[in-house]
Amino acid sequence: MSNDPVLDVEQLKTYFYLDEERVAKAVDDISFSIYPGETVALVGESGSGKSITALSIMQLINKPGKIVGGSISIASEEILTLSSKQMEKIRGNDIAMIFQEPMTALNPVFTIGNQISEILRKHKKLSNKAAQEKAINLLKTVGISRAEEIVNEYPHQLSGGMRQRVMIAMAISCDPKLLIADEPTTALDVTIQAQILDLMADMKEKFHMALLLITHDLGVVSEYADRVMVMYGGQIVEEAPTSKLLELTKHPYSQGLLESLPKLEEDVDRLGTIKGTVPPAYDFPSGCRFSSRCPFVMEKCKQSSTDLKKIDQDHFVRCYLYENGGSEE
Amino acid sequence: MYKYIIRRILVFIPMLIMLSIIVFALAKAAPGDPFTGKILDPEVDPAVFEQQREALGLNDPLPVQYVNWASKIATGNFGESMYYKGRSVQSLIKERIVNTLYLGLFALAITLIVAIPIGIYSARNPYSILDYSATTFGFLGLAIPNFFFGLIAIYFLAIKLGWFPAQGTITSTDVSGWTEVWDRVHHMVLPGITLGLAGTATYMRYMRSEVLDVLGSDYIRTAKAKGMSERNVLYKHTLRNAIIPIITLMGFEFGALLSGAIITEQVFSYPGLGTLFINSITNRDYPVIMAITLLLGVTILIGNLLADIFYSIVDPRIRYD
Repeated sequence: MSNDPVLDVEQLKTYFYLDEERVAKAVDDISFSIYPGETVALVGESGSGKSITALSIMQLINKPGKIVGGSISIASEEILTLSSKQMEKIRGNDIAMIFQEPMTALNPVFTIGNQISEILRKHKKLSNKAAQEKAINLLKTVGISRAEEIVNEYPHQLSGGMRQRVMIAMAISCDPKLLIADEPTTALDVTIQAQILDLMADMKEKFHMALLLITHDLGVVSEYADRVMVMYGGQIVEEAPTSKLLELTKHPYSQGLLESLPKLEEDVDRLGTIKGTVPPAYDFPSGCRFSSRCPFVMEKCKQSSTDLKKIDQDHFVRCYLYENGGSEE
Repeated sequence: MYKYIIRRILVFIPMLIMLSIIVFALAKAAPGDPFTGKILDPEVDPAVFEQQREALGLNDPLPVQYVNWASKIATGNFGESMYYKGRSVQSLIKERIVNTLYLGLFALAITLIVAIPIGIYSARNPYSILDYSATTFGFLGLAIPNFFFGLIAIYFLAIKLGWFPAQGTITSTDVSGWTEVWDRVHHMVLPGITLGLAGTATYMRYMRSEVLDVLGSDYIRTAKAKGMSERNVLYKHTLRNAIIPIITLMGFEFGALLSGAIITEQVFSYPGLGTLFINSITNRDYPVIMAITLLLGVTILIGNLLADIFYSIVDPRIRYD
């Protein structure tokens, strides 16, 4: 792996100005980097800020949301300062994104071929004919067998899994440096999920992309990710290589997530849960944001919160429990 | 698709028969016939009237009368007007329908030209000043009755300011070419705006909510994520989807193109089908009333068919087979 990150996010803050008083700090001061060829998983419950992080990178935050601070660079080039015209050249070309809902992510009134070729015409300046041919090839690459027919079909004629393959074909069409997949398999059948994830892993290898995989499924994480970032309340609470995070889980929230997974080797009557729900982003508890649900909560957690601290060379945790170099009581 | 259209047209036949029965029954249910309500020549023997009734078939049993009437209509013969002596119903309608069609199309054009851009603008800038003004105007447009708006327009724009003529279709029949076209358009402005007012408000609100809906959809986010320009996202991805319900609406409005003008034409003394219709009602000119009612029914049927056809063209999810 080279040392220049594909994506470098520094102190990114994306706030939603709901009304006069309430500001939802959906993404609050997060920093991370993704290196070429790496698969990084961003894990957390609904409402923890994963998708907003992804959309912030794409600069597709809608009103009343706004990126209020920080920096995002793609291949060492700052993109937050770009004009919207310049940003159009980055989207789909340098960074591509796949969404959660394949059923609604494709425009119902245009053919598959039209929707794939328009991105090639835009970024690669291909002619209509060349773009259409490339579209057929791309469909074959993502494992669609009747590609010549599918290009002339409409999204409603395809199944969810097929549509997600089309989305992947679109995403890889311009050889992006980074592919962001926002819960790409959540809406799919279990049997299709593995196929789609394997396909994405294949494509990642074949096109030398880095992959930011957003998920709440730790099973997926353990299989596909090199590194994991756990997000809670708009902040990263733990970051480590996958095996380390799964085996030496430090943050109480990460532990909670793991305990809520069924395990084959253990026979339990009831899976663990994390009590309560993610507090709304405009009403986080003062102090540590997880303090309202944490089983190990201490008095000082309610007063103030700590930073993401290094407890090992590649393991970072945001928790008072590990303040003194990671000795857990 | 062609099969579907042919099948739809075949379905027209029983619908038209039903329609004609209803029209016939309504006309027959109304009291009186061409010989009642007139000041009759006292010197004429009532037996002569009876004889005339017999000769015109007015004493036949209703089903026989219906079949006689319907079979004539099927050959395009709507009979003679009872009020305008010696004029066939067809020639009366033919003379007026062109005026009404022009007026209807003119009103529709105004409606679309005003409503669609404003609707799109409102959706892209919701809660802006123009959006609020458009909403207010929209509700006013829907709430003010046509005839009232027409009267206000005549009072201020025609009488007080003298910008537009208050009635008729043309000032002088001596002109030709572009002068004539211009004169006719000038005469259509006030009735056109009046006729198009409610439609403008409706289309505007539809367009706003549709565009707003589509802009928030997942596939628009996908298009943006692909790096498509703002123009492309709006004109290709958004409009193509937002226009689908508008097309359905227009299909229904096609029928209203002829029937909607009845009151407006009356207010502006515009010599169209609507004025003819109202006059025929006051004159108990049943052949004309029946013919116009049938004609309106047919336009509505055709409008619905057109809506269905266009709908399947713009929305690939709709397939008729």
